[in-house]
Amino acid sequence: MQPLSKRIAAAKAAVFALALAPLGWLVAGALFFPDWLTANPGEFIDRETGRWTLRFLLVTLAVTPLRALTGWNWLLRFRRMLGLYAFFYGVMHLSSYVTFRRFFDLSEILKDIAERPFMTAGFTALVLMIPLAVTSTNAMVRRLGARRWQLLHRLVYVIAPLGALHYWFMVKRDITQPAIYAAVLAVLLGWRIIAWLRERQRVMVPRPS
Amino acid sequence: MLIRKPSDIKPSEITDRDVYRNRRQFIQRAAAVLAAGAIGARRAQAAVPGKLALPAIRKSAYSTNEPPNSLKDITSYNNFYEFGTEKDDPARHAGRLRVRPWTVAVSGEVRRPRTFDIDELIKLAPLEERIYRLRCVEAWSMVIPWVGYPLAELIKRVEPTGNAKFVEFRTLHDPEQMPGQRAFFGSLDWPYVEGLRMDEAMHPLAILCFGLYGEVLPNQNGAPVRIVVPWKYGFKSAKSIVSIRFVEKEPVNSWQKANPREYGFYSNVNPNRDHPRWSQKRERRIPDFFARRETVIFNGYGDQVASLYAGMDLMKFY
Repeated sequence: MQPLSKRIAAAKAAVFALALAPLGWLVAGALFFPDWLTANPGEFIDRETGRWTLRFLLVTLAVTPLRALTGWNWLLRFRRMLGLYAFFYGVMHLSSYVTFRRFFDLSEILKDIAERPFMTAGFTALVLMIPLAVTSTNAMVRRLGARRWQLLHRLVYVIAPLGALHYWFMVKRDITQPAIYAAVLAVLLGWRIIAWLRERQRVMVPRPS
Repeated sequence: MLIRKPSDIKPSEITDRDVYRNRRQFIQRAAAVLAAGAIGARRAQAAVPGKLALPAIRKSAYSTNEPPNSLKDITSYNNFYEFGTEKDDPARHAGRLRVRPWTVAVSGEVRRPRTFDIDELIKLAPLEERIYRLRCVEAWSMVIPWVGYPLAELIKRVEPTGNAKFVEFRTLHDPEQMPGQRAFFGSLDWPYVEGLRMDEAMHPLAILCFGLYGEVLPNQNGAPVRIVVPWKYGFKSAKSIVSIRFVEKEPVNSWQKANPREYGFYSNVNPNRDHPRWSQKRERRIPDFFARRETVIFNGYGDQVASLYAGMDLMKFY
């Protein structure tokens, strides 16, 4: 038992560090290697933090299907950290928008959120992530009770599609990239729907009258 | 009309010296390769401006005295969907474009329609350096030292008829050389079409452009010939032009066709008329991180061009 939990702890530390790499890369680029961030570094940071938010959301949503398909139950031990990283990059993304893109112009920011559907979607997604981040500790799970906690955390099924929509409607013309993210999300959510339908069938069918 | 005194600063003094020197070295080396007739010379030919030198270049009172962006920024970050939709696609793929031989067909409502060879077109009028601000519809901007002459010089020579109300520009359509034109979705209808009203095209700020930083235009920036219309969003300045047609009806430009709610025919830089999905109030002057620069109506060329639009509702004719 001890070696396994030790290995998981080591793996967790590795994942933790690896998940910080995109941020490290952006910071290093901003400070020392301008070539890494193109001629338009503010825009680049904006885009990359947004994409990493989506990537972490998708990876978090992949844990359950992967676990069911492989039987690797230890995957579950990484889910909280991955979800929190999605939130972390989401906050970075919002900060980069507020500073680099809108230069702290509050009236323009409010106008964006109120009048531009893709901005409303993105902002809503990030706001909805706050309660999930806040209730991510063991103490909060206990306080809420497993059932209520799980119910609350199903918000991710709203958050991730909002994030994908935000990306899709932001793009000027070439939707290839957002379409890839949306397709992966569709697979991850589709798997859950199928699993749920099967489960329902299994429960309903063998009941003799 | 406000005409600024030309700047005393030469672009070579502003460009990062290493960038400048490297470029010269590259050209010299590439020229040596050409001379030796070595393997790969054919490939190099398209990308090497050294061989295709420009005639003498004059300064212009229309130039801004703002410091130009580095050659590297200008040539590595731009939109040219013919080569792909990412900002680095033009620099990566434009090497395939063959800029010689090249002709530009001038046709439509003109008394003297004809097809110009590119080398003849370059010599049609004295070349000038025009250091202009460029404002992209995506809310970033640069300052670019173009080389060209007023579009009016060409227009006068072909003698438009009374029916010529608009000028339509077409970019080369050749998926072989322009991989972005092979994309089966997510791009534009080809060929790329742009247009100007006759008085806009005749305006002295509108130029036919053949060069950048005193040398032949790099492929990714629209070689061998493009227009530059500095008071409009960048996409109005059609690149790698093969056809200039004088027409009676307002042309439907490619971006308007793709999304008429977001892009109009005029596309004058206007901080008061937001793009439906983003504000046009501010811009990022490359390579600044922050979009802190207030965008100015007509990209700051209002003194020269505002009269073209007197009485027009710019919110309606965007």
